Amino acid sequence: MLEIIDVYKTFNPGTVNEKKALNGVNLKLNDGDFCTVIGGNGAGKSTTLNAIAGVWPVDSGAILIDGEDISALPEHKRAPYLGRVFQDPMTGTVADMEIIENLAIAARRGQKRGLSWGVKKSEREEYRELLKQFELGLEDRMSSKVGLLSGGQRQAITLLMATIKRPKLLLLDEHTAALDPKTAAKVLELSDKIIEENNLTALMVTHNMKDAITHGNRLIMMSDGKIVLDISGEEKKKLTVEILLQKFEKASGSTIDNDRMLLGD
Amino acid sequence: MDGIINYFSSLNPAVFASQLPGNIAQGIIWGLMALGVFITYKLLNFADLTVDGSFATGGAVTAILLINGVPIWPATLIALAAGILAGLVTGFLHTVLGIPDILAGILTQIALYSINLNIMGKANLPISYRNYTLILSGSNIGRAIIVGLSFAVVVIGLMYWYFGTEQGSTIRSTGSNPAMSKAQGININAAKVIALALSNGLVALSGSLFAQYQGFSDINMGRGAIVIGLAAVIIGAVIGEAIFRKRANFIIKLTFVIVGGILYYISMGIVLWLKMPTDDTKLFTAVIVAVFLAFPYLKNKSKNSFKRVAKENKKTLNREEKADA
Repeated sequence: MLEIIDVYKTFNPGTVNEKKALNGVNLKLNDGDFCTVIGGNGAGKSTTLNAIAGVWPVDSGAILIDGEDISALPEHKRAPYLGRVFQDPMTGTVADMEIIENLAIAARRGQKRGLSWGVKKSEREEYRELLKQFELGLEDRMSSKVGLLSGGQRQAITLLMATIKRPKLLLLDEHTAALDPKTAAKVLELSDKIIEENNLTALMVTHNMKDAITHGNRLIMMSDGKIVLDISGEEKKKLTVEILLQKFEKASGSTIDNDRMLLGD
Repeated sequence: MDGIINYFSSLNPAVFASQLPGNIAQGIIWGLMALGVFITYKLLNFADLTVDGSFATGGAVTAILLINGVPIWPATLIALAAGILAGLVTGFLHTVLGIPDILAGILTQIALYSINLNIMGKANLPISYRNYTLILSGSNIGRAIIVGLSFAVVVIGLMYWYFGTEQGSTIRSTGSNPAMSKAQGININAAKVIALALSNGLVALSGSLFAQYQGFSDINMGRGAIVIGLAAVIIGAVIGEAIFRKRANFIIKLTFVIVGGILYYISMGIVLWLKMPTDDTKLFTAVIVAVFLAFPYLKNKSKNSFKRVAKENKKTLNREEKADA
């Protein structure tokens, strides 16, 4: 499915702000893997997701989806393969456009956008059903501007937009970090549901160790731009925060000094 | 005192009334130009200053073609195409060469000054209705208003349709959220170039009609066009919102751009009727635009100000003190 081979990326090379963000990342995801990604600030979690999405070109290395090298494609040409949800709820949706218009734009991801109507009549019913599942009452507000919605509602819509056209890979970049705990739990639950129902392959970055342990079938931990831990299967099921911390110390030879990552919930 | 009385008695309402139709006709033509500005300023979120040049290009191309025997309709359409070309240049400067939006527009605008001079061969070309068949002319204002309105209806209809299509939606989403647009597979550079081309095409069409209306094309006819365009867009938006509140749909918003153009020209008509010196018209334009730009901001601020909180707290705190005493 997804294969990342020896990817390197340095920001601001040759300046005082030089930052080796990715230091030889290697990862292979199988079809249907739901992999959580943890690590301290600056470990390279979001950078890895941005490398996959093509926000900028990598310095070296290859990123393959279903065997096809996508590392030379610009961001908008990779979009057909990817569904993305961002940390900032404002990023994933267009505030000035209606809910239904946002969904219609997402539904056409990877298609040629011509001169037929941006939202067809038949789509309205389809989207209503999809929104109903969220139980947020959004199905009755489809003509409202997205800018009027709360962060949690916008994030739920972004999640639907990311998956409305089945992506080969779903990228969730700390998508609950900006939400209050209750809303965050709801959005996480929705993410679980959508990933399971559609049997999606997903990468989810999180700061929350507990979330990383309880969600998905696989967990990777990053440190200094590398993947230092890769846990899956039965081992993942038995994982606790304590075991994870021990493993991390062993793998990286240092203790975790990032308070934010330690917060259980 | 005598001076003031003399001044007011010299103002003849009949003169103002007689100039009103002309103001309306010009307002409609500039309203079309403002619809072009609406595409870049409101939808694409791109401050495009190309329009000062492309407006004059529209007039220049129409005039030189007419003089060389091309009939008026092809001459007008070719002017529109020339405007599209100007927009493409700004789009190229911005998306391919990475020049910031305002600078890219200014560069094309300044280049167009020379190009417009080259097109016309001199600074001013007369195209009088006596010598040429024109689409509209200031000599028949009633007809000019009807023709101008017909153009407005067609253009608004086309814009309503286009920005509702899949392709038009990409321009709106690019203007509002480029990061999301890219994530949804939209080529935002293509969207920007298309919007700039359409906008400047419309501006050049308006320039062509304006040259026909005034009976000549002039190298300086586009000077300050962006400010007039913005004036129409903003006056229209403020008035439209005052009437329709939040209920204004897209077609109403577009219509009010034309209304804004007309109101702008009527207010300029009032300024001239009050016998303000014509040298100061640009100054008045700037003041009018500044007032309408500031209006929504100040209105919001008066509802939402620290001073208001201070005042109200003072009142309630005083009351409590009295109650305690």
